Amino acid sequence: MITVEALTKTFGPVRAVDGISFELAEGEALALIGPSGCGKSTTLRMINRLIEPSAGRVLIDGVDTTSIPPATLRLRMGYAIQGIGLFPHRTVAQNIATVPRLLGWPRARIAARIEELLELFGLPPAVFARKYPHELSGGQQQRVGVARAMAGKPAVLLMDEPFGALDPITRTRLQDEFLAIRRRMGTTVLIVTHDMDEAFKLADRLAVMEKGRIVQLDTPEALLRHPASAFVESLVGSEDRGLKLLSLAGVTALMQPATGWTAEADGTFRKAGADASLAPLSASASLREAASRLVFAGVDELPVVDEAGAMVGAIAMERIIAFGGGGR
Amino acid sequence: MIAQRRRLLRIGAAGIAVALFAVMVLAPEAFERPLAALTKFGQPAIYDRDSILALTLSHMGIVAAASLAALVIALAIGIFVTRPAGAQYLPLARAVANLGQTFPPIAMLAVAVPLTGFGARPTLVALFAYGLLPIFENTIAGLKGVSPQVVEAARGMGMTGRRILREIELPLALPVIIAGFRVSIIVSIGTATIGSTVGAKGLGEIIIAGLQADNLAYVLQGGVLVAMLAILVDLGLGFLERRARQPRSA
Ligand SMILES: Nc1ncnc2c1ncn2[C@@H]1O[C@H](COP(=O)(O)OP(=O)(O)O)[C@@H](O)[C@H]1O
Ligand SMILES: [Mg+2]
Repeated sequence: MITVEALTKTFGPVRAVDGISFELAEGEALALIGPSGCGKSTTLRMINRLIEPSAGRVLIDGVDTTSIPPATLRLRMGYAIQGIGLFPHRTVAQNIATVPRLLGWPRARIAARIEELLELFGLPPAVFARKYPHELSGGQQQRVGVARAMAGKPAVLLMDEPFGALDPITRTRLQDEFLAIRRRMGTTVLIVTHDMDEAFKLADRLAVMEKGRIVQLDTPEALLRHPASAFVESLVGSEDRGLKLLSLAGVTALMQPATGWTAEADGTFRKAGADASLAPLSASASLREAASRLVFAGVDELPVVDEAGAMVGAIAMERIIAFGGGGR
Repeated sequence: MIAQRRRLLRIGAAGIAVALFAVMVLAPEAFERPLAALTKFGQPAIYDRDSILALTLSHMGIVAAASLAALVIALAIGIFVTRPAGAQYLPLARAVANLGQTFPPIAMLAVAVPLTGFGARPTLVALFAYGLLPIFENTIAGLKGVSPQVVEAARGMGMTGRRILREIELPLALPVIIAGFRVSIIVSIGTATIGSTVGAKGLGEIIIAGLQADNLAYVLQGGVLVAMLAILVDLGLGFLERRARQPRSA
């Protein structure tokens, strides 16, 4: 989909981006992560040619982007930024219609797309379509910003700290929503962030940047287990690495058949020989949640149930501990 | 509640001003009685050497032509120097616009007459030069006041520069530009009175005739006419300015 080859940008004496290469596969979400000033935004902006590279090139589906007029290229790439940049004199619907209008879609198709996106982002069209940006909360504005970036069905969505300016609770909620939308739509995403938790949550792979270079490009699990340098290690957080690792996998990955558990009438379960019954874990829980529940209940095994409440297996503390093995 | 009352007050004031102005222009005799008190030795109280309507229209015509020309030029230059390609000319353009404003209009008339002859032309030149600065400065302020993130988002989504200017920057800068035009044209309406010294037909003629003949009634009649005209134009443009601001402060 997108191939970046030895991309470099110098601003006077500053090498903001220094020979970066990576590939972004169709349907993949890749995060560029690193401290402020390491060249993330510059990289992103070279991909849609808001900045022209000093050296190197970017290919989209094998075609060199310099052979495509910038405005045409950008119509194929959604762009959402931290400041949102909603047009204050245009309604929510008009904002979202920006790219479809530039693409010359027929009216009816644009209207349908606006409706679809507003529904998708939990903004009922009847309430929000005709509102102006200043009438929305920060979280609502950010949703509209992302919806607008996705409106023209871009081949790739470029996002620069899209949830950066929000309070932690709203941010987490938007990340969850976005994750669900991305999974449903199969959107290809390149996201810039300096927040490791956000990157872990939203991206399939992370490109860790330091001073204009990519120092490691890996899956979250590989970054946690095998950080390539002390810098990466400090970035992924050395104290709570074990817990982060656990949050990457679900309980079903380590689940075993449940033996000796019986269901009680109130939806709890009792292990043969135990005097108290326990609330089960949901099959959608992460290993981190499982570990937390096990510690809190002071037991070494918990039953796991599906959405209907039927027992599907059990998760044991010793297997969770073994999952983290290998770290120093 | 308060906003509504203010709006009603504005509409009421505008209505009264329009009516008063219409009577002064179309039926100046109506004010003969009160103005007569200001005359001496049986001087005429109402200017009668030319029709007030004709003078008013000519005055408005000269001001409109000069102000619209200033608007077009100041807007064009203001847009140009806020584009990357024109940024280097900003100091130069600013210096020229400032010069136009600091050079006294009366001196400008003196300079222009030998080049253009007497009549409306030198007045047009003087008003044009004098009126550039507020429009120019407000165009720049308005365009620079547009959030860089808004422009960045527009560019990043594939809007061309021309389109961004037309659909994003100008609409957002419009209230500020109108405010500049408002200042420019108000000043022009007053300044245009000096055009009568070089033979431009306008309301200044009444004032000058009054000064020459020591007729206070003429001076007052001309002065009030000019003031009313300025107030009406100010009200009208104020209305447009608020309209242009509307969607964002509804
Ligand atoms: N237009 C520019 N002119 C000069 N230097 C710039 C410009 N844009 C970015 N830089 C510099 O390039 C480096 C990388 O910036 P940026 O890509 O914005 O970092 P990040 O997004 O990772 O915080 C910084 O040192 C920044 O100061
Ligand atoms: Mg940045």
